[in-house]
Amino acid sequence: MDASTLGMWTFLITEVLFFGGMFAAYAVYRNMYPQAFASTSVYMNVILGGTNTAVLICSSLTMALSVRAAQLSNRRHLMLFLVLTMIFGATFLVIKGFEYHDKWVEHLVPGFNFRYDEFPKYAHNAQILFFLYFCMTGMHALHMIVGLGLLSYLLVQAGRRMYSANYFAPVEMIGLYWHFVDVVWIFLFPLLYLIGHRR
Amino acid sequence: MLSSLRLLADIPLFPPAASAQASSIDGLYWFETWVSAIMTLLIFLAIVIFAFKYRREAHPRATQIEGSTKLELGWSIGPFLVMLIMFVWGAKIFFAAQQPPKDAMEVFVTGKQWMWKIQYPDGGREIDELHVPVGRPVKLTMASEDVIHSFSIPAFRVRHDVVPGHYDSLWFTATKPGRYHLFCTEYCGNQHASMMGWVDVLDQKEYAAWRSGAGAQGTLAEAGQRQFEQLGCSTCHLMDQQGRCPNLRGLYMKPVQLDDGRVVIADDAYLRESIIDPNAKIVFGYQPNIMPVFKGQISEEGVIQVIAYIKSLTPSTPASQQGSQQPPIVIAPQANGTMVPESFPSASKAARSSQPQQ
Amino acid sequence: MATLVANPPPTAPEEPVNYLNVEHTWKSWLFTTDHKRIAVLYILSITFMFFFGGAAAVAFRINLLTPQGIFAAETYNRLFSMHGIIMVFFFLVPSIPATLANFLIPIMVGAKDLAFPRVNLLSWYLYIIGAILAMYSVLRGGVDTGWTFYPPYSSTFSNSYVLSAAFGVFVAGFSSILTGLNFIVTVHKMRAPGMTWSRLPLFVWSNYATGLIQVLGTPVLAITLLLLAFERIAHIGIFDPAIGGDPILFQHLFWFYSHPAVYIMILPGMGVISEIIACFSRKRVFGYNFVAFSSMAIAVLSFVVWGHHMFVTGESVYATLAFSFLSFMVAVPSAIKVFNWTATMYKGSVSFDTPMLYAFGFIGLFTIGGLTGLYLAALGTDVATHGTYFIVAHFHYVMVGGMVMAFLGGMHYWWPKITGRMYSEAWSKFAALIVFIGFNLTFFPQFILGYLGMPRRYHAYPPEFQTLNVLSTAGASILGIGYIIPMIYLIYSLKYGAKAGPNPWGASGLEWQIPSPPTTFNFDVTPTVVEEAYNYGPVEEVIG
Repeated sequence: MDASTLGMWTFLITEVLFFGGMFAAYAVYRNMYPQAFASTSVYMNVILGGTNTAVLICSSLTMALSVRAAQLSNRRHLMLFLVLTMIFGATFLVIKGFEYHDKWVEHLVPGFNFRYDEFPKYAHNAQILFFLYFCMTGMHALHMIVGLGLLSYLLVQAGRRMYSANYFAPVEMIGLYWHFVDVVWIFLFPLLYLIGHRR
Repeated sequence: MLSSLRLLADIPLFPPAASAQASSIDGLYWFETWVSAIMTLLIFLAIVIFAFKYRREAHPRATQIEGSTKLELGWSIGPFLVMLIMFVWGAKIFFAAQQPPKDAMEVFVTGKQWMWKIQYPDGGREIDELHVPVGRPVKLTMASEDVIHSFSIPAFRVRHDVVPGHYDSLWFTATKPGRYHLFCTEYCGNQHASMMGWVDVLDQKEYAAWRSGAGAQGTLAEAGQRQFEQLGCSTCHLMDQQGRCPNLRGLYMKPVQLDDGRVVIADDAYLRESIIDPNAKIVFGYQPNIMPVFKGQISEEGVIQVIAYIKSLTPSTPASQQGSQQPPIVIAPQANGTMVPESFPSASKAARSSQPQQ
Repeated sequence: MATLVANPPPTAPEEPVNYLNVEHTWKSWLFTTDHKRIAVLYILSITFMFFFGGAAAVAFRINLLTPQGIFAAETYNRLFSMHGIIMVFFFLVPSIPATLANFLIPIMVGAKDLAFPRVNLLSWYLYIIGAILAMYSVLRGGVDTGWTFYPPYSSTFSNSYVLSAAFGVFVAGFSSILTGLNFIVTVHKMRAPGMTWSRLPLFVWSNYATGLIQVLGTPVLAITLLLLAFERIAHIGIFDPAIGGDPILFQHLFWFYSHPAVYIMILPGMGVISEIIACFSRKRVFGYNFVAFSSMAIAVLSFVVWGHHMFVTGESVYATLAFSFLSFMVAVPSAIKVFNWTATMYKGSVSFDTPMLYAFGFIGLFTIGGLTGLYLAALGTDVATHGTYFIVAHFHYVMVGGMVMAFLGGMHYWWPKITGRMYSEAWSKFAALIVFIGFNLTFFPQFILGYLGMPRRYHAYPPEFQTLNVLSTAGASILGIGYIIPMIYLIYSLKYGAKAGPNPWGASGLEWQIPSPPTTFNFDVTPTVVEEAYNYGPVEEVIG
């Protein structure tokens, strides 16, 4: 394993701990208020969330393909797959934007306009879940935005013919980062969207 | 010169030990101090002796030594065993501090920026001052109205944080009459340093005398009854004919079945939660959103008073903590079609009707 | 070429090119990627922050001369909070790693630079941004929550500049993470041929272990502060009891980082002491393997003891038992180090240069500090001392009596290497003595005050505590002088000190085989390492 790979993995471990704090808070409160948390699931749009999950998984595929293209010195494919990854990423963010808008309209933003008329007995504790929802998905979205920035950097550099089979470490490293952001979502989605839903 | 010597003599070096717990904690403290002193002295001597004996002028050539596994094991295991003694000793003291005796006198403390409000069961109230009798276990039940505080009496060696949102408690048995400091020891804002007060330990005679002058407003339970009526609680909880709410007579420290199947004990924390956040737990067979939320309408002190009143509605036995030894009074649908067990004194015989949600 | 001057002036002997004089432009400093220059930048920045935090301490110790205090309570509360925040996050956490380790680790492993030189520079910029944010908080009136930021006070009740201080710490945290990351990868990947793990200087082991803690612990602080900030902005959040939130959850998350953080603060200092003791006893460190592994053991165990800060919050009894036991366990590797250092002097050849004096001070004061930690690991005595000056005394003994002494010792030891100059031995020994005396006078009375019950963070106190407080303040003034003196003679030495050769102490180690100061790329040729660390001579004795 070369130095840059070890460096990126170490950085990703720090990110695991960063998100881990929020997952820990989620675990604690879900254990304390299981029904309040379950009651929130009707407000989570599983269709949009599921679509986003599929979008991210596809983006990880195109990211992996772009790394492979770089390995094979295939500049056209590299740039193509980078662009596709960015399109998927942007799609994710747009869908997330719609979801946030819905939450705002439905009065589910703690501290701003929170009302919980359908299950008033869970109102207080549901606010905790929604606070965590916005923190966790918001942090995730922020990481995606940073990822998009990194991908555009790669695109520009690829355009300048900087990457080939001899040197493609940045593509690989940013690919690792992108996969990590995807994996965080894979954990977020069931915890936030799927509790309480019976299928 | 003499006055500065006298000044030196005035420097307090050790707090008075005025509780049963204090002497056991001091025992551990002295053990730790002896161990520390000996350890420090040994290291100090070793360094001084080696530095002198092997100073460069006397010992120009060092002898290269790799190490010694035996020594390493020795000086790891040895100290660790000593530490185990400290661990077990400390744990025992701590355990004992968690279990107040059943006949402990209860006093209620509310911490609020920046004062301690004390309430006694017989209705007496004080601010920043606590009177207790000597030789009698006292249990403090504490609540915070705002931020985290910490109640500490150095002379008794007791301390517990007071965290908003639930009750915290500590107990002690004072052993020496006197006047001792009480402090808030968790930074709580601007006047944290003014959250100081006094604990007065009185012998039996003095304590009885002090008590007779207390509580012009009646006992804590009486104050609680006034709150209970003023806030309208009695309408539902004592006089209700429609079965909208659980009856409170005989409820204290009994098991209660909730609508999700859990069974909880109706202790102080449960009662407090039922007042502040009534929809957090709904008794089986009752509806949510009927009881008004009293958070903000009643202070922590007021809650303590109401709870004292509710306790008085339970047939009193010296140990109010009977709980699990009795068969549970479960408020569940009865054969007669009502939700109220026959055994309850005030029976609401009407059939239950489902209430529309508000 | 024809000269126009009849008697050309004698030319000065050419000073060899080194990392300091290779370029003088401000750009060459602010955009440098040379780890040694970055270390110098850090030395300047953290020294500034140290004196700022120290000034706050002098101010509030003056306030504590009288029982009723001199300043308003608000002022006092902001002073102690800023002192804590600056000293912990902007001095102690970066101190040795960002300065001495930054400078020395590449050289000690035989590399030209760290694994990621530009990330190293980014680290420094993040530190500066964090410091600016924290200073903004100070300039606007300060934060008054204490360095621990406990809610609900910090989220709902405090009307001080919590957000900017918290963000300052947040940004500085990333500086710390990146430094740790750099060290980990450097030690794994950049060692010169022959530099096996078991030949690494113990200073490298310590900083490697520190890097592990930095990388694993600091992100949790980051997210905790962020959650607190969101709660403060939204006026409601997961720590708010009104909606069923738990303020104690904040404490768990906060201490999950902040306990390992104290080991981030002390481990590098322990590494320095290993180096100094070996050099000034002219001996290999006794029990090298044990000392190296004790650093790793401390790093691992440090993550499982955080609950000992919360014994009186109402933690479950099982949790308190586990945390108490593990806290005793984490004391064992530290004790091993102290014994090994002492044993290193046995049959050594001891000299009393200033770095060694600081090392002696460290061993004594760290021992006392560590032993008083046992009072706190034991549940019974922790209850009696939590939140009092006993705690303040304990952590100042390990942090100041330990870490700051190690920092000063290390700065004195490697000063000739970093600057190419020697300082005045007489003044440095004098300053070391002043520091030692001032320190003990400041903090020993606080043990007594603490058990007497005097709470910490109090701007006023009962009158009977005054004498001990006066003693403590007197000590603080002496300590302050002790810290100022080195500033003077060290800066003086930059211009007027004797030039230092490559190895003024006759020490072993790769750093002493290159010029003082080193060239930009450290080594002309990558060294091949063939001997053990601290090879002052062949092994002659193995005891038992």
